Amino acid sequence: MTAVAVYQNTETSAADHAVVRRRSFAQPLLYGALVLCALLTLLPFVWVLGGSLRSLDEIRSDPGAWLPHHVTLDNFVRLFRTQGFGRFLVNSVVVAIMVVVGNVVAASAAGYALAKLEFAGKRLAFGAVMGAMMVPFTTVFVTQFVITVDMGLADTLTGIALPALALPLSVFIMRQYALSIPDELLEAARIDGAGEFRIFFRIFLPLAGPAVATITIMSFLTSWNNFIWPLIVAQSMSTYTLPVGLAATSQAAAHVTDYGLMLAGAIVVMLPVLVLFLCLQRYFVQGIAGTGMR
Amino acid sequence: MRTRRTAVAWLFLAPFTLVFLLYTAVPTVAALGFSLTDLRGSDLRHPLAVDFTGLENYVRLFQDDSFVKDIGNTGVFVAVGVPLTMAVGFALALALNSGIRRLRGTFRTVFFAPVVTNVVAVALIWRYAFNENGTVNSVLSAVGLAGPNWLDDTHLAMPVVIALGVWRNFGTAMVLFLAGLQAIPGDVYEAAALDGAGRWRQLRHITLPMLMPTTLMVSVLLTVFYLQVFDEPYLLTDGGPLGSTESVALYTYHQFGSGQLGMSSAASFVMLVLVALVSVVQFRLLRPRS
Repeated sequence: MTAVAVYQNTETSAADHAVVRRRSFAQPLLYGALVLCALLTLLPFVWVLGGSLRSLDEIRSDPGAWLPHHVTLDNFVRLFRTQGFGRFLVNSVVVAIMVVVGNVVAASAAGYALAKLEFAGKRLAFGAVMGAMMVPFTTVFVTQFVITVDMGLADTLTGIALPALALPLSVFIMRQYALSIPDELLEAARIDGAGEFRIFFRIFLPLAGPAVATITIMSFLTSWNNFIWPLIVAQSMSTYTLPVGLAATSQAAAHVTDYGLMLAGAIVVMLPVLVLFLCLQRYFVQGIAGTGMR
Repeated sequence: MRTRRTAVAWLFLAPFTLVFLLYTAVPTVAALGFSLTDLRGSDLRHPLAVDFTGLENYVRLFQDDSFVKDIGNTGVFVAVGVPLTMAVGFALALALNSGIRRLRGTFRTVFFAPVVTNVVAVALIWRYAFNENGTVNSVLSAVGLAGPNWLDDTHLAMPVVIALGVWRNFGTAMVLFLAGLQAIPGDVYEAAALDGAGRWRQLRHITLPMLMPTTLMVSVLLTVFYLQVFDEPYLLTDGGPLGSTESVALYTYHQFGSGQLGMSSAASFVMLVLVALVSVVQFRLLRPRS
């Protein structure tokens, strides 16, 4: 859990103290090995992009090939025209918005209370946060489903979003960040007679920007990539999120060996998060390295 | 004044607490309750028809050959997946921390990308690549080898499923190791170098011992990940062929799918106990020494 703080320094310090150990002959070798590993890591991405741009006939005649002879966007067009991916995309976005808003609100408030307020039951509340991070999804999903059905939320986007609206990881991130904000700032306002809510909104929240950003990205990632829960809750195509839709489409497409369609679907599901990751990777790594959760 | 403060604080905590109670606390207790009954999917509308059966589900669970086998499979996931993921993550962290400057950020980004990538999409790629006429076999046939149908082979499916797990998780291990490596002060190495310690000896006598807390943390973290492994086998093989890749989590899901909610809950509670045990070990090992 200390990784967050340490990560801030990764850019600068490593290069400095490693100079002593550096051997000039080892450098090209090291780069060679790293490039090889990077290529291996990227292989699936490159390959899926190539495959998604190939026509059905081309894939069937030569399924193992890497690059398209003729680039075509036909697979993507079919995905949205006939497979309902437009709907899945909208559903995924709607669920993600609910989850992000829920987490920012719930975690800001809870994190603030846990870090900055003294009250009866504080240890219990923090224990709940830590405990919730530990409980396996496997243990709770049956009852979660029963509760969702009982509330009449089966097969709804709200039902998909609800369990993720206040992730313990978000609360934890906000609490850790709030601890670093000096108490004096809040005390000064308290002495001036400001109420707790005023202090929270006017003083604390404006200072909590970085934590809000991390929570936004982490909860978006969780929501966007979530698969099992939406799979259980969504029962009709009109409530499928992208991963569920992709799994269904690929099952159907596999029977008719329509691999181009599957690979194009994979691109549509992966791309938004990858682009976001490239732009904002610092927050991603912080969020995940901070707790090791996804 | 004090009660007012407490009331205000709990108001702040209300949204989290509500979701926590509804979706974590109640379900955990209910899982234990369900596991002691003969609850089935069809009983959900008539909860009073359910009978209390004590530990019968647990007895049946451990008499069920496929569950016992799944515990073994999950053990393989942990025993192979964790060290492999750590080795890859550690090697890359070491390489990125060895004083290279150019492209360092790029490499880190590339190696971390699998962590954020959607597993459904990746599994689909994996399945296609390891299919009988897939990319892997076409590479093999180029060097004159006839590749098998990987995911349909009871011996080869498991390594492919584990490989996906490693590909998805090594980035997390790498970032944590990198943070640990950078917390080791540079002058320790300088002193060792002045004393004539070579690279290998520095690694053995400085890096590895000083990295011990990180190593422990990463191993516990990954153990919890792999204990709960679900996505990879579900998406690649659905536990097959012949149950050779079914994990405990997947067993729970399959029982749920066939309406055996009591059995499913019992299996899921075994999982909770396993994860809790690992967590207890974690707290023991990682407690700061005073």
